[in-house]
Amino acid sequence: MSARRTKSILSRGWQIVVLPFWSTSALWAVGPDDTPSHGTNIFAPASTPAKSIADLSVFVLVITGIIFVVVFALLFYSVVKFRERVIDAGREPAQVYGSTQIEFAWTIIPTLIVVVLFLATARVIHALQDAPEPAGAVEVTAIGHQYWWEFRYPKLGIVTANELHIPVSNPSHPTPTFLQLLSADTDHSFWVPELAGKTDLIPNHPNRMWVDPQRTGVFLGQCAQYCGTQHAKMLLRISVDRPEDFASWVRAQERPGVENAGAIPGRRVFERNACMNCHAVGGTPADGRFGPDLTHLMSRTTIAAGAAENTRDNLRLWIQNPSAIKPGSLMPAMKLSDADLDAVVSYMETLH
Amino acid sequence: MSGVTTSFPNAATEWRLPSRGKVAMAGVIIAESAIFTIFVVAYLFYLGKSITGPTPSEVLETPIFYTICLLSSSLTIHLAAKSLVRDFTRLFLGLWLLTIALGGLFLYGTAQEWHRLIYERGLTISTNLFGTTYYSLVGLHGFHVTAGLIMLVIVALFGLGGRVGKKQSGRIEVLAMYWHFVDAVWVVVFTVVYVLGR
Amino acid sequence: MSSNVITVSVGQTDAKPWVDELHQWLATVDHKRLGILYIVSALMFLVIGGVEALIIRIQLMHSHNNFVSPEVFNRMFTMHGTTMIFFVAMPVLFGFANYLVPLMIGARDMAFPRLNAFSFWLSFLGALLLYFSFLGGSGLYGAGNAPDVGWWSYAPLGARAFSPGHSSDYWTLSLLVSGFGSIGTAINIIATILCLRCPGMKLNRMPLFAWLNLVMAGMVLIAITPLSAAQIMLLIDRYLGGHFFDTQAGGSAVLWMHFFWIFGHPEVYVLIIPCFAFMSEIIPVFSRKPIFGYPVMVAATVSIAFVSMSVWAHHMFTIGMNSYANSFFTLTTMAVGVPTGIKIFNWIGTMWGGRIQFKTPMLFSIGFLFQFLIAGLTGIMMAASPFDWQLSLSYFVVAHFHYVIVGGILFALFAAFYYWYPKMTGRMLSESFGKWHFWLFLTGFHLTFDVMHVPGILGMPRRIYTYEAGRGWDTLNFIISIGAFIQAVAILVFVANLIISYFKGVPADNDPWDAWTLEWSIPSPPPAYNFATIPTVASRRPLWDHKHPEDPDSRYE
Repeated sequence: MSARRTKSILSRGWQIVVLPFWSTSALWAVGPDDTPSHGTNIFAPASTPAKSIADLSVFVLVITGIIFVVVFALLFYSVVKFRERVIDAGREPAQVYGSTQIEFAWTIIPTLIVVVLFLATARVIHALQDAPEPAGAVEVTAIGHQYWWEFRYPKLGIVTANELHIPVSNPSHPTPTFLQLLSADTDHSFWVPELAGKTDLIPNHPNRMWVDPQRTGVFLGQCAQYCGTQHAKMLLRISVDRPEDFASWVRAQERPGVENAGAIPGRRVFERNACMNCHAVGGTPADGRFGPDLTHLMSRTTIAAGAAENTRDNLRLWIQNPSAIKPGSLMPAMKLSDADLDAVVSYMETLH
Repeated sequence: MSGVTTSFPNAATEWRLPSRGKVAMAGVIIAESAIFTIFVVAYLFYLGKSITGPTPSEVLETPIFYTICLLSSSLTIHLAAKSLVRDFTRLFLGLWLLTIALGGLFLYGTAQEWHRLIYERGLTISTNLFGTTYYSLVGLHGFHVTAGLIMLVIVALFGLGGRVGKKQSGRIEVLAMYWHFVDAVWVVVFTVVYVLGR
Repeated sequence: MSSNVITVSVGQTDAKPWVDELHQWLATVDHKRLGILYIVSALMFLVIGGVEALIIRIQLMHSHNNFVSPEVFNRMFTMHGTTMIFFVAMPVLFGFANYLVPLMIGARDMAFPRLNAFSFWLSFLGALLLYFSFLGGSGLYGAGNAPDVGWWSYAPLGARAFSPGHSSDYWTLSLLVSGFGSIGTAINIIATILCLRCPGMKLNRMPLFAWLNLVMAGMVLIAITPLSAAQIMLLIDRYLGGHFFDTQAGGSAVLWMHFFWIFGHPEVYVLIIPCFAFMSEIIPVFSRKPIFGYPVMVAATVSIAFVSMSVWAHHMFTIGMNSYANSFFTLTTMAVGVPTGIKIFNWIGTMWGGRIQFKTPMLFSIGFLFQFLIAGLTGIMMAASPFDWQLSLSYFVVAHFHYVIVGGILFALFAAFYYWYPKMTGRMLSESFGKWHFWLFLTGFHLTFDVMHVPGILGMPRRIYTYEAGRGWDTLNFIISIGAFIQAVAILVFVANLIISYFKGVPADNDPWDAWTLEWSIPSPPPAYNFATIPTVASRRPLWDHKHPEDPDSRYE
């Protein structure tokens, strides 16, 4: 087993970062590994960044909870004990102006609490932000658009949109995913709560984040930085696959676009209208970058960044009138005839 | 109004408070300093970051003469204010008009520089980051010089009409504070743009 | 002074033609009238901003609702935030400062009465500009709409390319104009406090109300101006082809964020410090004890003012600053909690050993203490930047800041209304209406904002016009919206109280609460000249000395 571990310093450093978190998995929300879809609860972490944040959060919650209980008790006590009673009417209580010792006490103690909290927090900040990238990491470049996500795997030559596939990782054989975050237009934010805290995508300001999901399944998230009209429907689906499933997904994505004779009329509609100005289909002249890459459209569960299920009817509606599904989206209504519309949808359905 | 001094039967000592004009002008100066700080920060942050277009060292010429004009106008206004306190109204008026002339010269120098930059060197506010930050910062300062000059001219008109005397010296001092501030800002802008920025 | 009427009468019994009355109000330079103008206009915008909030809450009642379109929703949250901060909270606090500061320091008016009027009308003009956008701001989707860029107008969303038309220009101009009004008022408050105090009122004998408004005014000078500068830069970008925030030309979207939050964070302290001022006057009176630790309260406030200038990037923890920057802002943000906590302890220390009277102002003050404590603690949670990487930009933050603004600021304001309304109008507000107002509002507030923390924890981002079913957010949002309507009813009760009591309230004499600061030594409402003779003071509580000549404060200070 140890012979198969990579010997690079980066990988070793990685394990030093990651292993401690997983050895004390007291806060694990236990769930079966083959749950098809996970939720968006920040306290159900499935990846090291989310877990170390959750652990720190519990520590902070305990301390602030104690502070709340103490101060609330003092407030409650004073309201009850020192309320005015009928027999007191007309007499003023002792006029106390202050007390230097008490002021010292309630200055020093909070300062110490701040020091403790800060030190605990600083450790987590450095562990998460300064984590070195190990050799086996998957690299993804995420580019935010109004209102969809572009994903590129530079080392694998894959381009896709909105639905990300990454391999599951485990502490003994880590395969984290490192994401570089860019933007083509305004500010966005990549937030999949059960995998990591959010990081923004800002034009002219590349950012970096990483996840190492410990469980397979589909993880949900969405854009968290207001980016315009359809900010609400810029959803994220991260499919965390077993290594063999991830490998076969990669192979499918690396294949060029499917050529199907029966679909040629639809392809002509696609290329004759403005579609190819915005969209790309691998292996054809269509090379637009403004909209999502459609080469493997049928490998995705949803369209329009999660705004609708990927079905024939929805596809047809989307191409005919995007405002019916996502008003304010930057895809124009193509105003195709019914025959052209059906043909192009059939063409889309061949793009596996 | 200058500080009010009143004696009350009960008060043991005189009750002196600062002059409200000076306090208010100090407030204005603090607020304006904050605005200028933001523009200076933007200028410094964007140094060297322009993607295209002329750079500062390629096109800027240090305006030594006009800077001397502006900074001397601080001296002349200071002397003017002092002479008004001593009721030398003619000397005051002469120094005051000299201040206006020096300030006007400075503005003329700025206009000349901008003309050269725009028409000979092709640098406008929309050319690149340097153009945007340069015209904004120097322009904001020039705007404040202009506003100051307008106020100085108004006082000069009253002065020429014989209405400015020793009793107005408090207000003149307040206005002089503003003018000194404008000069101090120029020291900063000059350093940032013509010294550090190249 | 506006009034050259020589009447020395106490009541408002003039039978003037309404035109003259209107003219007096529009042309006034009297700090008391300007204070009331600020307060009344703020109340008007409170109702308008509240309607915008209700529209938001109806749309979010369940997933995939279509009460309003996404475009309208985005305008609603932009206008709601901008209105509440700039045209409700700031004006109402300036209004109270205007009314009370001269009275409390024994002066006849503010240092610059005409500047005072000018500043108010600038503020009001700013509000009108913002709302004119509904008519005049033509955007991509047709003529006439309000800004929809959020109240921060992040770059490059606020640039010409992404916000064509004029809607976001109305946002920019309105804030620029009212910002200058705020600076004018701040200068006025500083000059008044430093230059017009009555004899004997040394700085360490001023009521805490005056001290805290002095600190607030100083902060306004250096907090509002960065926003003004940034907005001038934005206008240069939008109209003169500038590139300040143009990422295509090498500009930086992050620079806008820094400039905005260098304003934005001190701004919230500008809003809360006058509320601390209210609490520091009201809690002592209804506990029948002086404020505990006056010098410490002053020192804590001044240190809050300084430290708060160093925390701004805790609004930017997710933008990708390096670990050292994130650690620095974590430390400073946690540090500012120390002096703030000290103040809470001092208020409790004031109540301790006292004889607490549960009149309506005190009910709201106790609510303030409870809620401000919780809000401060959720703030500490988010100060831990990794925790913030999850909580930021979610409904947890929305819950936190509404907890401070509604649970803190608005509760303190209600306390101030009930406390000083008798002085301003000569009538007491109804105690029974007041209790209905308090309990209804408390219920609605907690129903909405306690629950609102949960969707944030469950991953619900902010500024979304709708959300997916099955995330566990539906029921929670429904409850939150119900609470909003309960709060709306409570506000109606409050407004009814204000109006009805003006005509039918129990008449109030000079000093209905048996209080100790100078405003309670003159008639209710005060005459135009405030004080017949300028008083001389010898301690922090001149009326206590007057009422207890055998045991004056001046012996102990």
